[in-house]
Amino acid sequence: MAKGPTVKELLAQAGELGLSLGRLVLRLQAEELETTEQALRLKMLENLQVMRQAVVEGMTGTRRSMSGLVGGDAKLLEERRLAGKSLSGDVLARTAARALAVAEVNAGMGKIVAAPTAGSCGVLPGVLLTLAEETGARDELLLEALFAAAGIGMVIASQASISGAQGGCQAECGSAACMAAAAGVELAGGDPVQAAHAGAMALKTMLGLVCDPVAGLVEVPCVKRNAAAAANALLAVDMAMAGIKSNIPLDEVIWAMDQIGSAMPCSLKETAQGGLALTPTALQVREGFLGNRER
Amino acid sequence: MPVSAFDIIGPVMIGPSSSHTAGAVRLGLMARTILNQEPMEAIIHLHGSFAETYRGHGTNLALVAGLLGMGTDDERIPRALDLARERNMQVEFVTADLGDVHPNSAMLELKGREGLSVRVMGSSVGGGRILVTRIDDFPVELGGDYHTLIVVHQDQPGVVAQMTTLLAAAQVNIAQMRLSRQKKGAEALTILETDQPVEGAALDLIGRLRAVSRALAVKPMA
Ligand code: SF4
Repeated sequence: MAKGPTVKELLAQAGELGLSLGRLVLRLQAEELETTEQALRLKMLENLQVMRQAVVEGMTGTRRSMSGLVGGDAKLLEERRLAGKSLSGDVLARTAARALAVAEVNAGMGKIVAAPTAGSCGVLPGVLLTLAEETGARDELLLEALFAAAGIGMVIASQASISGAQGGCQAECGSAACMAAAAGVELAGGDPVQAAHAGAMALKTMLGLVCDPVAGLVEVPCVKRNAAAAANALLAVDMAMAGIKSNIPLDEVIWAMDQIGSAMPCSLKETAQGGLALTPTALQVREGFLGNRER
Repeated sequence: MPVSAFDIIGPVMIGPSSSHTAGAVRLGLMARTILNQEPMEAIIHLHGSFAETYRGHGTNLALVAGLLGMGTDDERIPRALDLARERNMQVEFVTADLGDVHPNSAMLELKGREGLSVRVMGSSVGGGRILVTRIDDFPVELGGDYHTLIVVHQDQPGVVAQMTTLLAAAQVNIAQMRLSRQKKGAEALTILETDQPVEGAALDLIGRLRAVSRALAVKPMA
C-alpha cells in the first residue's frame, strides 16, 4: 500500500504553486480521480448540504438515540445561547451546539456525513459552518476548506489511522479536531503553514484519548466529545491566527498519535471493555438496553 | 486501500456507526447482489461485536436494508424490518460463533424469489468498508471497490485462460484474480476484479463457456 504525502510535502507543494491547502488538495484529487475540480466541488457541495440539514434536524431536539441515552442537548445549549446567557461566548456556544446537533442526529439513526467517521461527524460542521458565518466566507471557500480538511484527514489515515478500533478516540474526535482547525484557518484567511500549526495544536490536545463507548454504542461519550473537540479546534484556529506556532510539526504529532494508538490496550479501543464503558452506570445501561445476548 | 477526499469527508450515511451501520448496509447489499435476485428468506448469523451490540447500532436494520437493496444513506433504513415484512421477506437473526474472523462479522443465508440460494459471510472492516470472506464454501476476498466478476465453474485446465482471453478481447484489464476450489477437479469459484465493467457480449460469452455454471458481474459499491 503506497503511503500518501506528508503534511510537509503538501505544504511545500502549496508554497511552490501559491495555492491554499484546499485548492491544492482539489487539484491533486482531480488528477488522482481523473475528473474535474468542478465535479469534485459539486460532490463536496452535496456533503455540505447534508451537514447543514443535520444541524437543522438536530436543533429540533426531537430525535432520540436507539438506547434513549442521548438527544435534545443541542437544543438546550442553543436556547441558552439565544437567551444571551452563554458564558463561554456566542461563537463557541454556537459551534458546540451545532457539533452536538449533528452528533445527536447520528446517534438517532439520522443522515450525516462521516467526517472522518460517523462517531466524530459533528466536529467539522460545528466549526466550519460557524466560522463561515463569522468570517462571511461564501460556500465556494467553505468547500475549499472542506477539501483542506480532507487533505489533512488523508494524511492521518495513511500515516496513522482514523478508526477508534485501531487508534482510540484521538483517531476519531482528535483527527476531526485537527482537520477542522486546519480548515478553519483557511476560512479565516490564514496560510497553509498556519493551518498546519492549528491542526497540530488541536491534535496534540487530544493525544491519548481512549475510545470507551458505553455499551459499545456511538452515544456516550461520543456526542459530547464532538462538542469538546470542536471547541478545541476553534481555539487552535485563534491561536494559529494570532501567530502561535506548534513546536512539534503536524507530521510528528500524527506519528505520535499512531504510536500512542498502538500502545493503547484493546480494552480502550472501541471494545467497551474499559474506561467509561466499565463504570457502574455504564454497566447498568448495558444490562437495561441491550439485553440481546440471551436470545 | 484507495483513499480519496470523499473517503474522509463522507460517506453520507444513516448513523450511528460507520462500521456497525453503514458497513452492515453494504454487507447486506453485497449479499443481495451475489444472490442476484430479491431475497425471500434470510437467516442472519451475527458474530462478535455485531452479536453484542446489534440492537443499539441498528445493525439488524442495516443488514436488512441492504438485503432490500438500499444504500447507506437511505432514510428508510430505520424502518427496514417493517419494509421487509411488507415485502414478505422472512428474516431471522441468530447469534453465532463464526470462528477466527473479524469481530464485526455476519453470515447471511439467503433464499431468493427465483429459487437461488447462497451463503455469504463477510466483515465490516472500518469506515463503512466491507470484506466478503466466504461465498458458500469458497473462501474469497471481495471488497466491492472494483468492478468484479464472480464465476462458478468446473476446475479444469484452460477455463481461466478462456475467461481472460475473452476479457482481453473486450479490453477489460484485470486488477486482481483469485481462484478457490474445494478439491482438485471439483467446482471452483474465481473472482476477477477489473478496471472496466464486464458487460454485454463478454459477460454473456463467459457465462456460456462449457465449464462455467454461473457468471455474475458486480459493480463497485457507491
Ligand atoms: S468514543 Fe469511540 S465510538 Fe465514540 S466517538 Fe470516540 S472513537 Fe468514536
